Amino acid sequence: MLTVPVEIQIMLAGILFLLGLIGLLVRRNMIFMLMSIEVMFNSAGMVFVIAGKQWRQPDGQVMFIFILAVTAVEVAIALALILQVYHHFKTLDADSVNKLRDSN
Amino acid sequence: MNTFFYIAASIAIISTIMAISGRNAIHSLLFLILSLLSVSVIFYLLDAPFIAALEVIIYAGAIMVLFIFVTMMLNIGMEGRTEKKWLRPGMWIIPSLLAAVLLADFILAITHVPVSPSVDQVILPKQVGISLFSTYLLAVEIAAILLMAGVIGAYHLGSQKKKITHRFLIKN
Repeated sequence: MLTVPVEIQIMLAGILFLLGLIGLLVRRNMIFMLMSIEVMFNSAGMVFVIAGKQWRQPDGQVMFIFILAVTAVEVAIALALILQVYHHFKTLDADSVNKLRDSN
Repeated sequence: MNTFFYIAASIAIISTIMAISGRNAIHSLLFLILSLLSVSVIFYLLDAPFIAALEVIIYAGAIMVLFIFVTMMLNIGMEGRTEKKWLRPGMWIIPSLLAAVLLADFILAITHVPVSPSVDQVILPKQVGISLFSTYLLAVEIAAILLMAGVIGAYHLGSQKKKITHRFLIKN
């Protein structure tokens, strides 16, 4: 029986979310930014599973399944977009894709 | 039992740090897979074996394969033939050590922990399925529509349109 306090479990999910956020803010390579978003999704799902265990309800795991579906769609669309960006700009640097920015 | 949790949690944090700070995209993806596997072990310890299996099958199995395909298609992070560099122990000793520790952690957690001291405390996949298809039936249908939109969108975005330009308009 797992007796780790629930605060520490939530803290682990928070640390993983924070690592994903740091990666999203620091890295400029689009593949790495997408990977960081994956880490953030995963830690959010972990919070649902922890809460579902805490209250002994299946709803947390159901929510994780929905997060899984949303993540799969998001990854497919984002990777298709990344392929298009690479074909147009020949780079994956997010800062170089700024054709919509004002010129001032 | 708690020790297994802390080991898996530290492996998750370490491999996530390595994943977001790596230079080579493929190495970072493999570290990310390791992070997802350790999160799966944590789910197993949290009395959610069904979610642990889904995490391995869908996250580490399907989504990460998509990532790796795209990364290899774009051929980033591989300047020249670097196989000799990859075969040095310094390149693979850390991830294989982390993966071995995670495997030992999981095997010990399976064998040394009594299976579910009281069955009504563990949420079985049956309960999850019943809840999924009764209470959340509308959400399941919305997720189906979302997946359909994802398929169409990915097909539309992934198709290479042939650019037809008039020959007088082509700039050198």
